Amino acid sequence: MQIRSRRYSPDKRRIRNSVYCLFVCLPAPWNLIHGVFLLLVVLNKHRFWFVALTAIIALVVWQAVAWIWRLPAFILPTPFQVAARFWQALMDGSLIRHLLITLIEVLAGLTAGVGFATLTGYWLAKSRPAERLLSPYLVASQALPMVAIAPLLIIWFGSGLVSKILICTLTVFFPILINTIVGVRAVPESLRELVRSLHATPAQTLRYLEVPAALPVFLGGLRVGATLSVIGAVVGEFVGSDRGLGFLINVGRGQYDTALVFATILTLIALALSLYYSVVLLEKLTLRWNRNYSSQSRS
Amino acid sequence: MEPILLCRHVTHTFPDGNGGLQALNDLSFDVCPQEFVCVLGPSGCGKTTLLRLLAGLLSPTGGQVLFQGQPASAARTGFVFQSANLMPWRTVLQNILLPLELAGGVDDTGRREAAALIELVGLSGFEQAWPADLSGGMAQRVAIARALIHDPDILLLDEPFGALDALTRDRMGSELLRIWQAQRKTVVMVTHSISEAVLLADRVLVLTPRPGTLAVDQKIALPRPRVEEMRYSADFGRLAREIKGAISSLPFS
Ligand SMILES: Nc1ncnc2c1ncn2[C@@H]1O[C@H](COP(=O)(O)OP(=O)(O)OP(=O)(O)O)[C@@H](O)[C@H]1O
Ligand SMILES: [Mg+2]
Repeated sequence: MQIRSRRYSPDKRRIRNSVYCLFVCLPAPWNLIHGVFLLLVVLNKHRFWFVALTAIIALVVWQAVAWIWRLPAFILPTPFQVAARFWQALMDGSLIRHLLITLIEVLAGLTAGVGFATLTGYWLAKSRPAERLLSPYLVASQALPMVAIAPLLIIWFGSGLVSKILICTLTVFFPILINTIVGVRAVPESLRELVRSLHATPAQTLRYLEVPAALPVFLGGLRVGATLSVIGAVVGEFVGSDRGLGFLINVGRGQYDTALVFATILTLIALALSLYYSVVLLEKLTLRWNRNYSSQSRS
Repeated sequence: MEPILLCRHVTHTFPDGNGGLQALNDLSFDVCPQEFVCVLGPSGCGKTTLLRLLAGLLSPTGGQVLFQGQPASAARTGFVFQSANLMPWRTVLQNILLPLELAGGVDDTGRREAAALIELVGLSGFEQAWPADLSGGMAQRVAIARALIHDPDILLLDEPFGALDALTRDRMGSELLRIWQAQRKTVVMVTHSISEAVLLADRVLVLTPRPGTLAVDQKIALPRPRVEEMRYSADFGRLAREIKGAISSLPFS
């Protein structure tokens, strides 16, 4: 005997309730909020399908727009044209070649930027005078857009990899720096007293207390930095380069090969997303103790 | 017996913009090896400050704290803080092993010791739990186990049972008594419970309201080994009443 018939599945009930809340009792604001909440619960449970569905809808709309207004391919290529161009660029190796260049720039810039920013941040977090002295310069450096400095760096360091890595490094530096300072400053004084009462050396304090305590905030900065580093590399390639995804976009634009521009942008998005989710994965692995990050809910 | 811990005219003033906030004033007492001292006093009178001075976490602004003739920070202390103060990124077991790790490494003896302590504080089965998943009382018991693992010279306890219910509190009190009778550590313990102090201590110190100074230094001459039943003896009642009277006659701060 089937006790729980499909009609009474909690999701169906939630959807029905949300429709009821949203439309039947529209005037009451509480109903509106509750209805949206119920919808979000259902959507969140099936978020893969939600993302897939919205992506398909977007593609259909895109295709429809290109057809209805009969736009030429150099203004708006259809999804099929973009897919074909993507495949072609993939097969002749050009996409992979340029992707690898950008990836190297991003990874090298990220490593250098994270390294410098973490060291500087730790120093500034420990030394108030150093922070007071240097922070005006650091903040002022953020007021300058990277596109304004990029030409200078290219003049000084050439149009090869070095200038791009440098631009990447500078882009990543600030968010990591700030989050390192905030993270180290936020180490609870009571835990500092604990390790002090156990005669911990400075190195032990760093390893057993400061690193793990600052890690959540630091990784938050790394999430931002990872995505920013892609922007940094592409900005550098735009300004002056003969390689990389930014260069490929320039090529596509110059030849009115708009499908190639689209294909390259999609590759860039994939690159940024995979960097971002690598950091998220790192958070999941290292911050299991923290309720906000652990995958299974432990409430 | 030669005192192991000396407090000589200890005064401590915290900086606070206008002239400083005096927490302790001219406090002098000695603690002998293996002695169990309880400190009582109204809230805010400087008990925690006193323990931090004894642990060498603070240096007194006046006077001296000496451990075996050396500055207090030289002693190997086990400190139980007023709040559990666990590292949230370490499991219960890892938190308890921390003092050993900082002292150079965990060997099999250390692991066995940790298992025994976990058993002792009644947390078997919670070795791999995260501190965020513990109740307040459980966390405090982890902190007690952590303070004992590295066999410290001196045990400093800041209201270690404050977060526990009355029943667990009495049980932990007896356990502490048992540990102390087995290992004979030097203990300085802050508490708010007069009967707990009388049951456990060799000496009870009562501090005045801030700035804290010594109001009463009462020897507790009850025989050892102490047991729970002594709470109902006539001597126990008399001592508890005396201390209660001394505290009641203190001025309000
Ligand atoms: N780090 C500090 N900076 C400034 N003032 C402090 C500091 N620590 C304690 N004080 C002050 O010193 C006084 C004594 O504080 P302490 O924590 O030693 O009290 P306590 O006796 O432990 O109180 P309780 O029983 O409530 O824990 C208080 O007035 C407090 O405001
Ligand atoms: Mg206190």
